[in-house]
Amino acid sequence: MKNLVILGAGAAGTMMANKLHHALNPVEWKITIVDRDNVHYYQPGFLFIPFGLYQPEDVVRPRTDFLPKGVTFIEQEVDRIDGNHDQVILSNGQTLHYEVLVVATGAEVVPEETEGMKAELWYKDIFDFYTFEGSTQLAKKLQNWQGGNLVINLAETLIKCPVAPLEFTFLADAFFEDKGIRDKVNITYVTPLSGAFTKPKATAMLSTLLDEKKIKVVPDFYLARVDNERKVLVSYDEQEVPFDLLVTVPVNKGSKMVERSGLGDEDGLNFMPTDKYTLQAKKFDNVFVIGDATNIPASKAGSVAHFEGEILLENVLSYIQGEAMEARFDGHSNCFIETGHGKAALIDFNYETEPLPGKFPWPLLGPMDLLKPTRLNHVGKLAFKWVYWHMLLTGKTLPVPTHMSMSGKITEEEIV
Amino acid sequence: MIMETLLTPTLELDKEGYLKNPAQWTPELARDFAAKANIVLTDKHFDVLNWLRAKHAEGVPLTIRKVGASGLVDIKKFYELFPGGPLKVSSKIAGIPKPASCI
Repeated sequence: MKNLVILGAGAAGTMMANKLHHALNPVEWKITIVDRDNVHYYQPGFLFIPFGLYQPEDVVRPRTDFLPKGVTFIEQEVDRIDGNHDQVILSNGQTLHYEVLVVATGAEVVPEETEGMKAELWYKDIFDFYTFEGSTQLAKKLQNWQGGNLVINLAETLIKCPVAPLEFTFLADAFFEDKGIRDKVNITYVTPLSGAFTKPKATAMLSTLLDEKKIKVVPDFYLARVDNERKVLVSYDEQEVPFDLLVTVPVNKGSKMVERSGLGDEDGLNFMPTDKYTLQAKKFDNVFVIGDATNIPASKAGSVAHFEGEILLENVLSYIQGEAMEARFDGHSNCFIETGHGKAALIDFNYETEPLPGKFPWPLLGPMDLLKPTRLNHVGKLAFKWVYWHMLLTGKTLPVPTHMSMSGKITEEEIV
Repeated sequence: MIMETLLTPTLELDKEGYLKNPAQWTPELARDFAAKANIVLTDKHFDVLNWLRAKHAEGVPLTIRKVGASGLVDIKKFYELFPGGPLKVSSKIAGIPKPASCI
């Protein structure tokens, strides 16, 4: 009997467990998946909780609900990977030998990385919304908040779901408008990037929206520390931004297990060096990495994990057969961007092609519009929760191509 | 495409003034680029520039945090050496492409 071990039963790990269970002969292969607890969060839902649009119970399920029967689930912290001996060591001392290892240990927010972030004002006037606790605490705060300076800040450029802070900003604008106190709230978006987003056409669209909604953008602001006493953000070049309520996206890091295994990238963020096309770990041939855990230059998002999953399945099967791995991940990412008041925009891009306007997935017919806020895109965003629980986790094929398609997109030449 | 003559060789720069071919870089050229950003290069600057060039040649995507973890300078010092957007400014002076963001 051979062993395939998956570390992490989040979106990426769970979908791989389902896909591999379906593809591998159960007489020949034993599949084991490890996670520290049995609580699966629908992370895209955290965005909606602060505004009361989702309730906490909408985003929580047991991990085991989505794992196929023939897969063994071990509820235990992983201490480290010992790649030289093809084994994983768990915190209780148990070792798991593997022929193939899939690392899907994700990314987490680490407010402790920034001086003064997790201090006196934490969960009083400073909140994150990337965790269950942060988003539910923020919901309570927003219920009674009477206005002032609301600052949304990204502590680092490399964060999971890079559009979520903008979505939060747009939803906050709509939330205070609906409450009738928008005129009492100054909203400032403070980012280490040079603009609202990185890719030019999406930045142009988003900047226009931010202007319309009277949201101030402070670009090129790299957070050094939070001064709790004076309630100001201070950058490495001593710029300051005052806040009454700070909604932060703290530094994101990969799992501490990666650090304990000595397998992290050189920036100290614990993401694992991974071949951006094959998804094989750089250090060990029989180790593969998927989802937020990799260091590949793609967004850290559920859609990316899904597209990677299709590629990873093929490559793991080729590897097992001793064949050349031919499937190539193209960096495909597909994200809805909530823009408030029941509308959302949609972006679709990859390593080479920035988000472009047009129709998705079919030319002319759409029905989704790219790079443009519409009601239908918002319906798509909400429908994604159902898709996530019922199709994505269980490894079903979604009606969206794995590789990004230019079909329906309008290129620069066509605009001119 | 913008052609600009700096010192003797003919250099090809991209729209934002980044050197297209890192092999054309020389320390003199770096001083010239730096002067345009009102920076007088010291040995410490060159340590960082050489590190950036080596990492770029290895195909490593660069971030401010990575420079801060290089052991050469911390982030604060990096900002002091190359004020403004330190990674963008230093990349231009180092003759490597504008740092790409993943997202």
